[in-house]
Amino acid sequence: MSLSVTRLTWINVAKDLRLEWRSRDVLNSMLFFSLLVVVIFSFSFSPTAEESRRFVGGLVWTAFLFSTIMALNQSWARELRNGVLDAYRVSPAPPEALFFGKCIGNFLLVLLLECLMSPLFVLFYNLRSIGPYWQLAVIFLLGTWALVVNGTFFAAMSIRTRNRELMLPLLLLPISIPAVVAMVTATTDVLTGELSAVSQMKFLAGYCVIFTTACFLLFETVLNAE
Amino acid sequence: MSKIYGRTAAVRKVSLALQPGRFYVLRGENGAGKSTLLRMIAGLNEPTEGNILIYGLKTRDARQQMGYMAHAPLLYDELSGMENLRFFAQLYGINSDQPLVEAMRRVGLDPKLTRRVGQYSQGMRQRLSLARAIFHSPRLLLLDEPFSNVDPESALAIAKLLAAMRSSGNTILLVTHQIGLLAELADEFILLSHGQLVDRGAMKQGHA
Repeated sequence: MSLSVTRLTWINVAKDLRLEWRSRDVLNSMLFFSLLVVVIFSFSFSPTAEESRRFVGGLVWTAFLFSTIMALNQSWARELRNGVLDAYRVSPAPPEALFFGKCIGNFLLVLLLECLMSPLFVLFYNLRSIGPYWQLAVIFLLGTWALVVNGTFFAAMSIRTRNRELMLPLLLLPISIPAVVAMVTATTDVLTGELSAVSQMKFLAGYCVIFTTACFLLFETVLNAE
Repeated sequence: MSKIYGRTAAVRKVSLALQPGRFYVLRGENGAGKSTLLRMIAGLNEPTEGNILIYGLKTRDARQQMGYMAHAPLLYDELSGMENLRFFAQLYGINSDQPLVEAMRRVGLDPKLTRRVGQYSQGMRQRLSLARAIFHSPRLLLLDEPFSNVDPESALAIAKLLAAMRSSGNTILLVTHQIGLLAELADEFILLSHGQLVDRGAMKQGHA
């Protein structure tokens, strides 16, 4: 009988994805919200391609940030229903497997949302990147991980509070500001092709390393807090 | 040990030693601290003062040897009974279905049932919850109101299973108000009142 963190992490990911596949609670609400943002802003502004390249970075990340918050709240709410989290806590499984399992599960869901929504952003805002496309992929991977890792941690912190839907954005948004600024700036830099996004990407990578480590080290305390 | 929430002491200076292989019933009025005591032993709540040793180990090191069944079923509604057990079994390092099938049969559930737990009756949920607590053959079984909201047939099945487990040497600590079912099965009662241990003795004496 072995309890490898890596194996248990993937067991948690598989369980979360299976639960999501059967309920589709998270994906449906994320898609609906993002779709609203795309359509409403598109009709409100009717921007030219040049204008779009300048502000779509902010718009895209606003849509994905708030969609991620929805996903995170619901993914932990599932663990509270029927008290399932207690069954995990009384087991010998390490808490970090639950944390990374949730992070990876949420990361994959948000990435799926981004893949589904990106063509709509291109279509509605007549987008064409002037900078290198591969940089956009790196920015989206790093940016999504930055949101998800902090979000998973703070959602775990707020699940036992009475106003958890309110608590999560209150805790997550201030600490995510540096990452969000870097994501938006880097995305705009690549889309407009005016400046290099490399320094912002390096900043995002550093942010991800620092916050992943901090959340990993503090998660057990948060999980067992009363 | 004690557990204090703000100014309220849920459990006050309770000192308790349980003998291996015996069946204990934890009794007391609502709010007496029974569930809190059980959660502290399970490692879900940290005692404000005092400590707990299970077979000589700290709670966090004794998790493999403990089975815990709470008020709530601690199961995912979207998964079937077997899928639930499979997930939790992996957390204990068990990758074979055989102990899970056996646990389901012992609680009187069909392991081939594909229905999701969300569609189970209350009695079936309680039985599955018990299967989740016993599939890894724990030496110490902690049960919080296993008979609540359960039909008489399920309650009797659970009581019989507990009797069999006690006979095979498991230690059982059970919180219940339905003492009648356990009058002949349990060895000892422990009575809590306002968070304090006020009485303890042989079950027949306590039941009388």
